[in-house]
Amino acid sequence: MNIRVYKDKITARLMGVIAFLSCLILVLIIAGLYYRSRPVLELKPFLELLTSGSWHPLRQEFGFYPFIMGSLWVTGVAIIMAIPLCLLTSIYLSEYAPGYLREWIKPLIDLLAGIPSVIYGVWGVLVIVPLIKDTIAPRVGSFSSGYCVLSGGVVLGIMICPIIIHVSLEVFRAVPRELREASLSLGATRWQTIKQVVLRKARPGIMAAIVLGLSRAFGETMAVLMVVGNVPRAPGSLLDAAYPLPALIANNYGEMLSVPLYDSALMLACFILLLVVLLFNIVARIVLIRIERQM
Amino acid sequence: MEPETHIRVKNLNVYYGKDHVLRDVSINIPDKRVIVIIGPSGCGKTTLLRSFNRLVDTVDGVRVSGEVMVDEENIFDPHVELTHIRKKMGLLSQTPYPLPMSIYDNVAYGPRLHGIKDKKKLNSVVEHYLKIAGLWEEVKDKLHTPATQVSIGQQQRLCLARGLAVEPEIILADEPTSALDPKSSRHIEESFLRLKKDYTIIVVTHILRQARRLADYVIFLYCGELIEHGPARQVFESPREKMTREYIQGVIS
Repeated sequence: MNIRVYKDKITARLMGVIAFLSCLILVLIIAGLYYRSRPVLELKPFLELLTSGSWHPLRQEFGFYPFIMGSLWVTGVAIIMAIPLCLLTSIYLSEYAPGYLREWIKPLIDLLAGIPSVIYGVWGVLVIVPLIKDTIAPRVGSFSSGYCVLSGGVVLGIMICPIIIHVSLEVFRAVPRELREASLSLGATRWQTIKQVVLRKARPGIMAAIVLGLSRAFGETMAVLMVVGNVPRAPGSLLDAAYPLPALIANNYGEMLSVPLYDSALMLACFILLLVVLLFNIVARIVLIRIERQM
Repeated sequence: MEPETHIRVKNLNVYYGKDHVLRDVSINIPDKRVIVIIGPSGCGKTTLLRSFNRLVDTVDGVRVSGEVMVDEENIFDPHVELTHIRKKMGLLSQTPYPLPMSIYDNVAYGPRLHGIKDKKKLNSVVEHYLKIAGLWEEVKDKLHTPATQVSIGQQQRLCLARGLAVEPEIILADEPTSALDPKSSRHIEESFLRLKKDYTIIVVTHILRQARRLADYVIFLYCGELIEHGPARQVFESPREKMTREYIQGVIS
């Protein structure tokens, strides 16, 4: 056989296998995590592990409730902060800003997504933590070390803006120009058009953008870990410390592994985290693919 | 005798970036008839139509000089209140774009914008304009289904009803039948002929047969220039300009 043809076939095969392997990794990770977390699952039913608040590895009590609540609190604050900021930004860029400005700002916002998360963390420690400790907490008449849900939420909220802005901007741009024109030609103002036509049409896409932001926030580790305080107790207010799941895993894996079942419990934490993030991602992608097809 | 007119265009120039799309167009558009703008594609027909309600503004990098007087008001004056200008004109685009809401809400959208809140009033407005657009019988039992679920021909008539519901004086139609099947196209054409006693209807088309069927008055554009305009019979049967004659005979396109 001609050597060129032969080479072509070999490389095609090889690349096919590599591509397939990279998909396989995900499956392997999920299977591996499940397998390694089985010991702790055998100890207690899954639901009880999720809802128990007692985390005493030495006594073999692994209640994930504080960590799940920590994750939910921090993610919640982040998303509540980020949604209005991001929507207003992307509405401005899509509907009001002149084209050249949009083309300039878009890559700048994408750049923000590339900032290493540890830098956001340092910024949080240097700016947000003291701000909360010295200014905000005394204002509301309480005490806080500054390492708390609010700091984590603020840092995260800013970190997830680029992705939400990016996706929702694309969703807005996918709304046909003619729809806006139809509304404008009936005598609607731009704001009326945005509220009643553009936002309505873009709603599923915006939801997808928010879910993507959520999944990013839920899984973010470094920046959050640096500012939330890491106390394994479910937070009761914004100024309490929290201990989100990713921080639990990152802080403890590799230490204390001599404690029986500790390793398995952390694997379960990984498993939960991965499933939640995957689920969010899949849902969001499906919605976005649908929107793309409609265009 | 000069016919009465709402729209007077004076030395209108439109540029998209460096493209000079409309060159020094001046014309008085006569009232209460069907005015058809013909010309080869890319000659500025649509741009001229979109200047009448300033939808050209939505294009990035557009520049306009000259005047478009609508009811003695220059709509390109920076102080003009746009919504009130646009309300005077209904728009039909090439493909129908129903708003992402129900059939009922599509028609009620304009009236609601302009302050009609009374349920009964809205109901009668919706019914009235759907009837005028010849759609009422087909949709009266599904007014609250999403507008995107009816056929494309029905969607275009819905868009017509939606446009009429803000009580415009003028209907702007940009190749309104180009996406429709022959039967739906005929529906639209028939509505125009019915409506022209009450409205000024400006239609852009590249279909000469359609122009002949509809037009009372013809505007012929070529490469952004106004070549000829006049009563349909005169333009079609004895055009003054050589270029018009050649276009009508199909020599140039």
